[in-house]
Amino acid sequence: MTQSQPNNLDEIQEEHLEADILIIGGGNAGCFAAIEAKKMNSKLKVIIMEKAHIDRSGCLAGGMDAINTYLPKDKTPEDLVRWSRAQAGGLLREDLALEISRCLNEPIEEWERWGLPIKKNDNGDAKYRGQWDISIQGSEMKPILAEKTREMGAEVVNRVVATNLLFDGEKVVGAMGFGVRDGKFYSIKGKATIVATGGAGGLYKPYTNDGNDSHHQIWYCPFDTGTGYAMGIRAGAEMTTFEMRWAAVRTKDFNGPIDTISVCYKTPMVNAKGEKFLAERYAEYGGDKAPRYIRANAPMEEVLAGRGPIYVDTRQMTPEQIKEMKTDYLNERPSFVLHLAANGHDIGKEPIEVYGSDPYIVGGHTASGYWLDENWQTTLPGLFACGDVAGGVPNKFVGGCGAEGLLSARGAVAYIESIGDLNCDLTEQLSAEKARIFSPLFTNEDGVLPRWMEEKMQRIMDEYAGGVHQFYRMNEERLDNALRHIRKMKEQVRFLYAKDLHELMLAHEVIDRLDVAEVLIYHLKYRKETRWPGWQTRMDYPEKNSALDCFVNSKLNRDTGEVEVFTRPYEQIVPGDRYEPNL
Amino acid sequence: MAPKVLLNKCDGCKAEKEPLCEQICPGDLMTLGTNGKAICRDPRDCWDCMSCVKICPQGAIETRVPYQIGYHEAKLIPMMGTNRITWTCVDIDGNVERFVVKNHNEADDDNDDDDDD
Repeated sequence: MTQSQPNNLDEIQEEHLEADILIIGGGNAGCFAAIEAKKMNSKLKVIIMEKAHIDRSGCLAGGMDAINTYLPKDKTPEDLVRWSRAQAGGLLREDLALEISRCLNEPIEEWERWGLPIKKNDNGDAKYRGQWDISIQGSEMKPILAEKTREMGAEVVNRVVATNLLFDGEKVVGAMGFGVRDGKFYSIKGKATIVATGGAGGLYKPYTNDGNDSHHQIWYCPFDTGTGYAMGIRAGAEMTTFEMRWAAVRTKDFNGPIDTISVCYKTPMVNAKGEKFLAERYAEYGGDKAPRYIRANAPMEEVLAGRGPIYVDTRQMTPEQIKEMKTDYLNERPSFVLHLAANGHDIGKEPIEVYGSDPYIVGGHTASGYWLDENWQTTLPGLFACGDVAGGVPNKFVGGCGAEGLLSARGAVAYIESIGDLNCDLTEQLSAEKARIFSPLFTNEDGVLPRWMEEKMQRIMDEYAGGVHQFYRMNEERLDNALRHIRKMKEQVRFLYAKDLHELMLAHEVIDRLDVAEVLIYHLKYRKETRWPGWQTRMDYPEKNSALDCFVNSKLNRDTGEVEVFTRPYEQIVPGDRYEPNL
Repeated sequence: MAPKVLLNKCDGCKAEKEPLCEQICPGDLMTLGTNGKAICRDPRDCWDCMSCVKICPQGAIETRVPYQIGYHEAKLIPMMGTNRITWTCVDIDGNVERFVVKNHNEADDDNDDDDDD
């Protein structure tokens, strides 16, 4: 389509909508929030503000081959929290994790009724591929969910990029943004707002991206650019545990998942000498079941020690298993099968090489995100969060993010009962945001392309803030360097130039990523210890510091423009040694 | 990776306001070129989710591995059937593999009258 291209701010049309509940982002969590809100009260007007098209937006665009946490019949929510706590190095919000665990299976059971195929064992129960994870055939799970969301009566506004929140005093009353297809300025008021935009990919330079044509050859969804975090950061919301980055061992060059191979088919990870190094060198941490950061870091340590490359040894797999494994990939990341074919790779004869991914900020896997109360409300009244933007609970994965959709909707529906009609005057906020949004279209063509700034940011973060090329390692002086450059780029966003609406979206994506990167660096600087080697490796503080056995949180001071970092104590509910799963 | 539009097959979804690939792409990458055919505006930004490949009514889009990480030339073609996908994969040595995957519960049974090729 030819996009309508405005010549100045006055030519930009406006669209003003109003909802009872506005949900920003129609991925897994956002769709479940919408469905739950409509179930609780079908008269509520629920609008989903969606950057892409709801049928294929978010992390599930290509599908999924497993639900990594699904409570088995013989386990309790407390069991799951104990396991998750140990996997995350002893740090998680136990109150929230317990609530999620209690309704963890609900969204998946619903999904199955709506059409998602779940693999079954002979008893007709879900077939577990590991301790907590079940296998599904989820290539079309997102269209199935989107269809149900529409059927329940939620209104979906596709192709609208959210850029900032709307406020009535301290209260969040909706969000603003722009149409990437229609070029309009949008405001959508909501008595309550639920942010569900996903995590932040593309903060760091991936090793798969050395000036070649695979800029987005990354594990996490590259279209999740930290916008949900950034909108909250700019408004002074409290964020938690950004320093607990997510990086994992992935198939080399493709940067894809390996649990499909290593968990499902029990294939060992081996170094170049054929040693099963997890069992041999990391037995005290649990060997093959060691916490995820250990499993992410151990292969990189092997490479550094001269024992690379590292492989997942698939050579013992039967032809039937190989076929089944490829089928699993077709349900999640189909192009991995293409990648094998493009390398003439017979995995029955040659093992699959693996390597560390670039780091991501993703609250569905680690604990990074908004600090929440027990109703899934952020520290900004009226703003709720679910899925990858919601902090405090690692190892949520698809099921946990869906469950958080339910929980955040329950919080939001209860909240709006006390809220009357919205009659506040938003004129100033609207005009200021409209000018900010569209300015890259009207700046000098001799300005800065979004791509340049994105690549510079990714290189700076990689080199100075512990990227994969640095084997995730960092120290105070390098972090200071990173911060200096990120701040300089933030000053220079006024030079960003976009020649069309697509580039305008890219410009805002880099603006958002810079805000997330800055907060991340503050968190990494504050944690002067190494709590999660790999996820957070401080060369100048290689040991754990018991004084930092707590949450590291941050908040932008809107008066000074400074990010303030502080701690919150750990609150243990489930008894036991936090570092031992006790199972 | 990048979607490659087969120009002899793509008709630009003339009946639609936007081609289906443009409607669905999560990265806002597919659009209509001046020749009336779909085009990926920035191939390097593709996440290879294959949503465009699956939705194209003409079978006019293929996902390709960039040469930097894979050799010339392999193919992976999904045929969308009722409640199942049939994938055909051809590797660089010409070996062909086929996979039939159930992707939706309803009305799925083990009859053999499905519409896969």
